[in-house]
This record gives sequence, structure tokens and C-alpha cells, in this order.
Amino acid sequence: MNQPALSLRQLTKNQSARIVSIHATGELGRRIRDMGLVPGVEVTILGRAPLRDPVALKVHGFTLSLRNNEADHIQVEPLQESTT
Amino acid sequence: MSPTIYLGLAGNPNSGKTTLYNALTGSRQQVGNYPGITVDKREGFTNVSGRLLHIVDLPGTYSLTAYSQEELVARNFLVEESPALVINVLNATNLERNLYLTVQFLELGIPLVLALNMMDEAEKSGMRLDTELLARMLGTPVVGMAARIGRGKEELLHTVISTAEQTDQSSWRPLEISYGPDLDPVIQQMCGIIRQNSFLTQRYPPRWTALKFLEEDVEVTRRGYEADPETASRLEKICREIAEHCERTLNTHPEAIIADYRYGFINSLLKQGVVERSRAMNRVSFSDKMDRVLTHKFLGPLVMLAILYAMFQITFEVGEIPLQGLVQLFDWLSEGIKAILPPSTLRSLLVSGIIDGVGGVLSFVPLIMIMFFCLSFLEDFGYMARIAYMLDRLLRGFGLHGCSVMPFIMSGGIPGGCAVPGLMATRSLRSPKEKMATLLTAPFFTCGAKVPVFLLLAGAFFPESPAQILFWLTLVAWTAALLVARLLRSTIIRGESTPFVMELPPYRLPTWKGLFIHTWEKAWQYIRKAGTLILAVSILIWAAMSFPAPPEGSTHAVKQRIQSIQAELEEAEAKQRRTSLQKELQQARGQQDKLRLSYSLAGRLGHGLEPVSQWAGFDWKTNISLVGGIAAKEVIISTLGTAYSMAETDSGQGASLSQKLARDPSWSRLKGVGFMVFVLIYSPCFVSVITIIRESSWKWGVFSVAFNTLLAFALAVLIYQSGQMLVS
Repeated sequence: MNQPALSLRQLTKNQSARIVSIHATGELGRRIRDMGLVPGVEVTILGRAPLRDPVALKVHGFTLSLRNNEADHIQVEPLQESTT
Repeated sequence: MSPTIYLGLAGNPNSGKTTLYNALTGSRQQVGNYPGITVDKREGFTNVSGRLLHIVDLPGTYSLTAYSQEELVARNFLVEESPALVINVLNATNLERNLYLTVQFLELGIPLVLALNMMDEAEKSGMRLDTELLARMLGTPVVGMAARIGRGKEELLHTVISTAEQTDQSSWRPLEISYGPDLDPVIQQMCGIIRQNSFLTQRYPPRWTALKFLEEDVEVTRRGYEADPETASRLEKICREIAEHCERTLNTHPEAIIADYRYGFINSLLKQGVVERSRAMNRVSFSDKMDRVLTHKFLGPLVMLAILYAMFQITFEVGEIPLQGLVQLFDWLSEGIKAILPPSTLRSLLVSGIIDGVGGVLSFVPLIMIMFFCLSFLEDFGYMARIAYMLDRLLRGFGLHGCSVMPFIMSGGIPGGCAVPGLMATRSLRSPKEKMATLLTAPFFTCGAKVPVFLLLAGAFFPESPAQILFWLTLVAWTAALLVARLLRSTIIRGESTPFVMELPPYRLPTWKGLFIHTWEKAWQYIRKAGTLILAVSILIWAAMSFPAPPEGSTHAVKQRIQSIQAELEEAEAKQRRTSLQKELQQARGQQDKLRLSYSLAGRLGHGLEPVSQWAGFDWKTNISLVGGIAAKEVIISTLGTAYSMAETDSGQGASLSQKLARDPSWSRLKGVGFMVFVLIYSPCFVSVITIIRESSWKWGVFSVAFNTLLAFALAVLIYQSGQMLVS
């Protein structure tokens, strides 16, 4: 059922996924965790800014944004029911 | 028991903390600074059943790390000022994340009252919250409320008072949660060492110190080494070993494990029945629908430009009415004084020094209030974060950060801000390099003090299109700021960019109370500046323009001429003869005053600069006003006003300064444009320079004065010289 892990950057709009691991340390890691992004949490891609970067996510019913190169540190497994 | 209860108000950004603070304290607020740093210290008071509550509004934070000044301020307040208790405001619709901060307060052993705010929204979205269960599980009082509509405010206040009366500090035991099989034994071991050596135990609970060492917290480690270097290095060694172990066996870091367990603790709490969600949770929220348009690929930027443009159209259309009223009021005051007092140094001081100077500045208060009102609206509405989101990619390209937009807009990216709060807003930027670049370029924008200068010149040379002129100048400011930022970031402040991770808060209609409090706060800062600094400066400048008086000999001829015309005027009967005599008299007086001004200290300085400034077409009067403008940009107008009203005393009855400039042969459209660009770019005002110095170092302050002035002069020369070539 589960697909192999991807980086968060590779998800497309409206796709949902569960966070598997986060490989950011220091301040970036801290800030990602402060926002509630930890393994096990489900996220949905809401869209990208007009210049394709940063990306906006739904987490716990809230909207967060982070840059593509920051999303690279977050490994996810896409959820099946994601719409196209 | 003391009648005053000292409270802290803490919570995540966007949790409605400010709304609650305004609801609790109303108008009994004051804003100051924490010593040594520039985070605002907001304090307010309220009376409840005979007790005075003294509430400190802590900066909104997500966590209690040492990464930002805001978080350090909050943490140090809790440890050092020992408030009776802390009201922790939580957004009830997002407890998973909001409780993360709460857990850290509890671990610090701070007496808490939880205010679950936005209960109405949570209920609307299909959530059911059991506040009593949460209270039992955490061992802290919990009050459900909706600060926006005033729900739960009384209950909160009574809970706060009764909790504060019942508890004394020692009865609050820090929360201890498990950090799993890898960390728990290590934490135990560290706590043992900490207790044995009384290591920082005066300040923090032992477990907190252990956790902070594991998180490699810079500040706690530093304090540890200051207090007891031996124990500190022992603890650090243990931390290094466990970090290596975690890295090797789990491919992770103690800091990440600690965060995971904190969230795990919160999730298990919530799953035990605190939160129940009905299916309705999955519906697309109103905010998301708005975002589909407002951050759309094409529509988003268009709407953004439209909003920014509409904002200053509103400001000028609406602001024009009270502005004209105030201008007339001050004209009337000047005329009144002129009617009462005979020409004298005192009259000159009152009219040219004080009324022209301060009146010119104060008459823009309505304009500034409307602009700040719009600005507060956009911020409270949640749109500012979208601007940062949409522009981050662009700004990063110039070595800045999406969050640089905020300081830029505050400084006048939308005309009418002020560089001082704008520069202060840079402290939300956590990268020193992006912050430096933002600090140095923020003064380029069209701040509220420059706007009147531009309006004045636009009125004189482009009377049909003041709003367009302002729009173009704003674009010039943005271009200059971005290019200079790029230049600085690739030369003297090179380096990597910092994390962007940021919340896009749901759109919310701001409360009137909040908008008015913000607007008034900003307007008051401006008025206070006008009332003190600018008053002092305009008197100084008036003095510099009046003294030293020219020697008797040099004005003798003019004086005699004035006397003879006056004598003739008294005898003249024919109307025609009288008018032509009066004209002559005005000219003679003008000459006399020009002589006087030109002889004064300011005149000499203006003359001295002329050989250089003529390259940009600036004459000595322009020079005087620009030098004055370094003190404060408002002074440019008041100085020009003083210069021109002094040079033509009594002649231009009712004629505004802008008409005077339009009629003056030494001015032209070309000089007007060059002048506006120069004013836009050159040295930040005195207060801004002080702010830059406080946010960085005095070297950067000096740099900004010199660099900006040189750049501005180069641009003004370029405009003037190329324009001249095109014309001829």
C-alpha cells in the first residue's frame, strides 16, 4: 500500500503524505519541529507561490510555508487516497 | 498579600494573544524596550474586584530556544522576573502545535493558566474540546474563551486571581515527561550531577538544565560555563557521547528525539478525549478558498499590486480632507501672530521657526494615521504573511529573506511607513546577514516624512498627478533597495541564507479595537517625534538661518530703500501708485532677507556646498534644507518653508510653499525630479541612524550615512546632467 519515501519537494499540489523522517539539524531542524512537522504527521500540499517557491502545506489544519530546498530535508511517504 | 498581581501573557504568534491583551488592558497600555535589545516590552493594567493586574505581553513565540531574541526575552522574563503566573494563550483549533510551548513552560515549572482561545472557531469547524479533562491531565486551570467576541474574559480573570492567591511559587512542580529509553537514563544521570553541584539550580529546574544541555542551547551552556565550568564541561561531555550514540544507532540527534517525545506526549493527551473531531473537519476552509485567489500564480501578484496601489489612493483621497483643514488652521495661526506682533526676532521665531516647522509636520498626522490604519489592517488580516510568501523567491534572489518585506513595507515600501519601526522589525530576521542587508536598504523607502516632500514637489511641478509620482518613486525605492541589497550581499556582507519556515495564518477580520490601538500607537510615536526632536531641530535651524546677522554696512543700502518706499507709500493717494509701491517694498524686503539668510550660518554652509551640489542643480537654499533633512526628513519642508517665507516675508499671503517653488525660476521639473530622487535615497534621518547603530554597530551607521548620500548624489547628478543634455 505504501509507496517508497520521497522528499517533500517531489509532492504535487493536493497530494497528501506522512512524514517519515527529518534530516535537518541546527536552527532549520528546530524551526521545522517548532511548527509541528515531526515524523508521523500528515501533510497536504496546498500549492506553491507564484514563483514556484516556497511551498504551502496543510499540517494539523494549519497552513505553513517553507522553501523547496528546506522541503528537501523532509522525507515522506505519499498516502494512497491523494487526489490527482 | 500584595494587591498587585504580576502576570505574563505568552503564546504562539497568531493565537489571538494581542487581541486578548487589548481586551484585558484596553487603553491602559505602555510600550517600552527591554534593556540592551530592541524587542518591545508591552505592559498593561486592569482592575478586577479590587486587585490590580499588571500584565506583561511577551513576544509571540513557538518555542523557548535561544535562536531568537523574542524567545530569549520570553524565557528570561519567566526566570528572572518571576511573575505570579503566566497566562498561556492557545489557539484551540491547533492544540497539537500550541501545546508544544505549554509543555516547555510546564517543564520550567512556571505557574500557568491556559486560555484556550478561538473556541468559537474550533466549535464551528466541528471540534469538541474537553477543557476540564485537559486541566486535570496537565494540572493547570484551563479556561475556554473567544477573545474577539469577549467570551470567557471574566472567567479567565477570576481563574487568574484565584490561582494566584492559592498558589505560591514552590507548590508548582516542573512537569517531567519521558524522553524514551535512550535519553531518560542520561537525563537521570545529568540531574544527579546538577543537584550535587547546585549547578544553575537557583535559576532553572535541574531537568530543564539537563534538557537544554542536550539541545545544545547556546545561552544555558554559556551561563553554565560562567557559573561552574567544571560541571558544565562534565555535562557537555555526557551530551556529546549520547549524541554520537544516537547518531550511530538511530541516525538522529537528541534534539530531534526530545521534540518527538514532546509531541508524542501532547498527542497522547489529546487522544485521551480532550479533542473530538467530527467529519466536518475535512471541508475546505474559507481561508483556503481565499488563498486560491490571493496567492494564485497570476491573480496573486496582480491582486497584491492592486491592493498596494489602492492603499495609497485611499490614503491620499481620504487624507486630503483633514490635511487641508490642518494646513488652514496653521496658516490662520501664523496670520494671527503676524497681526498681533510687530516684525521682530520673536515673531520670526514663532512664525518661521515654530509654526511653520511643527505645523508642517503635524498637518500630516491624519495622512499617517490612515496609512497606519491600512497597514495594521493588512497585518491583522493575515495578508502580510502572504506578501512574504509570494515575494520570498524574488527577495532571496537579492540576498534577502521573505521576511524582509515586513521591514521594507513598514519603512515605506507602501508609502507612509517610517524607517524607525521598519528597522526595528528586522529583528524578526534571524540571519545576521540578511538582517544587515535589510537594515541598510530599508531607509530607501518612501517613509511618512518623505511623502510630504514628494507631495510638495509633485504639487509644484506635476500638479495633475501627485499619486502617480508617488507610485513611481515607490518603484524607484524598491529597485534601489533590491539592487543595493544584492550588491551588499555579494560584496561586504556575503553568506548563506536562513530558514524561511513560516506560518500563513488564517484570514481574519481585524477587530476595530486592535486597529485603533495600533494606529494610535504609531501616530503617537510620530507626533511625539514632531513635538520634541523636530521642534528642537526647527528652532535650531531657524537660529542657524537667522544668525549671525549681517554687519550693518552691508544691509544699509537696502534698509534705506525700504524706509524711503515706506515714506512714499504713506503719502501716495492713487491706487495704482500704491500697488506698484507695495510691490517694490516686497522686493526690497525680499532682498534684505536674502542678504540676511545668505550671511547666516546655514546660508554659508549652503553656499559652501554649491560648487559641488550645482552638478545636480541644487542651489544653496536646497542645500540648507537637505542638510537639515539629515536631522529628520520632515525638516526638509520646514526648512524650505522657512527659507522661502523668510526670503519673501509678507509677500506670499496664502501662497503655499509648493506654489512658491513652482514660481521660483531656480527650480524646474528636472531639478524637482533630481531633488525627489536625492531625498529618497540619501542619508537616513538621525533617529534611523541611531536605530541602525543599535541594531548593528556604529560602523554600519556611519556607513549608511556616507554610502547613501554618495549614491543619492550620483543619481541626482545623473538625472540632472542627462536631462540637461536631452533638453539642449
